[in-house]
Amino acid sequence: MLKTEELQINIGPQHPSTHGVFRMIVTVDGETITDLKPVFGYLHRNHEQIAEQNTYLQNMPYTDRLDYFNSMANNQAYAMAVEQLVGIEVPERAEYLRVMMVELTRILNHAGALGFLINDMGMWQTQLAFGMREREKILDLFESASGARLMCNYFRFGGVVRDLPPDFIPRLKELLQAMPAFVDELERLLRENEILMQRAEGIGILPRDLALAYSVSGPVLRGSGIPYDVRKAEPYSVYDRFDFDVPVGTVGDVYDRFLVRIEEMRQSRRILQQVIEQLPDAQGGHINPKARQNVRPPVGDVYARIESPKGELGFYLVSDGSGKPYRYKVRAPSFINLTPLGDMCRGYKVADVVVILGSIDIVMGEVDR
Amino acid sequence: MPRLDATDLRERMARDLPGAVLEAVPLQVAAAPAHGPQPGAFMTSDTLVAPSRLVEAACYLRDLLGYAYLSDIAVVDYLADDLFELVYRFYHVEGGEGLTIKVRIPRDHPEVPSLTPAWPGANFHEREAFDLYGIVFVGHPFLRRIYMWDEFEGFPMRKDFPKQGDKYIGADE
Amino acid sequence: MPLEIVFPMTNEHELQLDLERQGIFLSTVNRFYNWGRRSSIWPMAFGLACCAIEMMAFGLSRYDVARFGAELFRASPRQADLMIVAGTVTKKMAPQVVRLYNQMAEPRYVISMGACATSGGPFRDGYNVLRGIDLLVPVDVYVPGCPPRPEALLHALITLQDQIDRQKLGRVRWYGEGVKPQTTDFPVPTFGAQGLEIDGRLVDPVGGLPLVSAYTSPEFGEMKSGRLEHPEIVRHFPIMDPTVELEHPLKARGVAPEIAADDLKRGEVGNAEA
Repeated sequence: MLKTEELQINIGPQHPSTHGVFRMIVTVDGETITDLKPVFGYLHRNHEQIAEQNTYLQNMPYTDRLDYFNSMANNQAYAMAVEQLVGIEVPERAEYLRVMMVELTRILNHAGALGFLINDMGMWQTQLAFGMREREKILDLFESASGARLMCNYFRFGGVVRDLPPDFIPRLKELLQAMPAFVDELERLLRENEILMQRAEGIGILPRDLALAYSVSGPVLRGSGIPYDVRKAEPYSVYDRFDFDVPVGTVGDVYDRFLVRIEEMRQSRRILQQVIEQLPDAQGGHINPKARQNVRPPVGDVYARIESPKGELGFYLVSDGSGKPYRYKVRAPSFINLTPLGDMCRGYKVADVVVILGSIDIVMGEVDR
Repeated sequence: MPRLDATDLRERMARDLPGAVLEAVPLQVAAAPAHGPQPGAFMTSDTLVAPSRLVEAACYLRDLLGYAYLSDIAVVDYLADDLFELVYRFYHVEGGEGLTIKVRIPRDHPEVPSLTPAWPGANFHEREAFDLYGIVFVGHPFLRRIYMWDEFEGFPMRKDFPKQGDKYIGADE
Repeated sequence: MPLEIVFPMTNEHELQLDLERQGIFLSTVNRFYNWGRRSSIWPMAFGLACCAIEMMAFGLSRYDVARFGAELFRASPRQADLMIVAGTVTKKMAPQVVRLYNQMAEPRYVISMGACATSGGPFRDGYNVLRGIDLLVPVDVYVPGCPPRPEALLHALITLQDQIDRQKLGRVRWYGEGVKPQTTDFPVPTFGAQGLEIDGRLVDPVGGLPLVSAYTSPEFGEMKSGRLEHPEIVRHFPIMDPTVELEHPLKARGVAPEIAADDLKRGEVGNAEA
């Protein structure tokens, strides 16, 4: 029997596969991980404190920068929180526009996330270029609607800032038409590659009961077999009108989380098709004309949450009756999804850390805020 | 899908855990402004739990009512009322609205029992609250700073932490 | 017909272009050397925040930085020529950024991408945010925007290439004679109880304003500019000075009376439940 010694390795904060400035202190015995401690804070840019000095509307562009992959989803959660606090009604058409944007965001996020995941497995850049190619098409749509590619700042209290340009729906239809081929292609890249399958199957297992105890959310929770989706569990906006399924995994490994994301892209496409069908009949305009933007909510608190592509995104606001939030707290899904990282990595090899981290799909802007 | 709301929870908890539920006093939140409408006091409808019985109340929610998903722990610094409020939010795995319990602790002695031994998911929430607000969670296995560096002194998200910058000019009035 | 001679030559570059138009290709060592370097600027794969996403878009298919010879993102600073500071530099990350810059071999360039890296941007007033990376390392090209579009980053790269074209082999700081502004490494800040420290001296307090001045860009000597720009402190000045009589209680805080009056008007607006 060989005598072994434990060794501590620092991965990050500057590392090509840490998805931003994230650091892990990994204790290894040979190649096997015995302990992993994440270190955060390298992008802690005081989102919450700055937000407490801003008026409610000024915070809208700041929420874009939380999870910078899907700014539209952040906007929706924040707009919902303020609307509940003040009591603003949202017209039906505006709700449809919101759902449309957030579902497009979900496709965009998963295309990117899966690209990074396979990138981390060693398929350098090919897959990422595939994902980014689709992403650019959706970003073009966002740009035509909101004027910005990445930081859309499209939502307002009571609706969205402007209606769709006339060619938006035809372009969206074209995109949805071409989408199944792209998703199949993405799926084949992993499923038909023996080497990548070996790095995904049975790696980073998060069992069902642990997933719940660690209160992870989003595709990580569903990959572990719990069909919890805020869109179904506590329907908000107009999600109760759509017919869609919540995909779940069985084992809870990297491969399951990959499949859940692939299937969610297909379900998002289904929702988008229903949105296109129902949108012409929706009542009202793109924004509630009576809704004021410089709100002064009554004293009270509110928590609003949505199913963002990364998981449950919630905003907790406390109002003291002035035009600025007294307390502004973000329940960031990426941050909480990192809690079980140590348990998920224990017993696997060092090279798997990167893959497991990629399968959680974090964004540092949201982890550190 | 379970259908419990805040009133049900307060009644049930008062019945099953005698002495754990406190009567909520209205909060002033912020000093009244010199001009404009007076904001009035903040009266919460959520269940207020005694800090010493927090773990018991949380386990009651999880084991007897089935609200096993600890979604969020938020800290609010009520400087005018001289207390911190911790907001724990639980959800049922089958869906439905969440339940909230709140804990109030004095600002000069911020200590609450930790939920991490019972709920591993509370780990990072509590470390964040310790880092930014200086709340000590008794029984936490690894209560260290999470965002700021270890050498740093002070708790930057407290309302009385000194701040300089364009945004803060005139903010203390 | 007399031979037309352009004389006096404005500079050698124009003469060279003139000759090239007539089919004569000549090169100077300078030009050849600069051409080689400008066409193979390898950036470091170093993303901090939101801007890193646009940096990836700049490297991938649609914007395709390979057209400018800078597509080879290197993971190691030793192999990189260019550091694109893409995103908010926090105080916790600042030592690592400086350390990475120190590890790069000369010639090395820095592009400060986006508002945050340039000045702190929207997060300028955060307690943990560094107000611009130029407080710690000199920056060659600044790109405005939050985040800048990939086209803007391409433009920054072209600007950097122009700067490289203007360099003279005998005078660049890593070969030439004369005063070399930065022969040693840039000082790496350390973490202190109050904020970032350099050599035990507080340089950037948490929740406060930086106490060091920014570096000028390498074209202007890469020196500390010596200017501390603290408009907030200037505006706070009358309060701290007991000899100054205050005309208006709000003026002391830097808010003009007309703005303050307008603020009060806004304060009278009731609740917005309508």
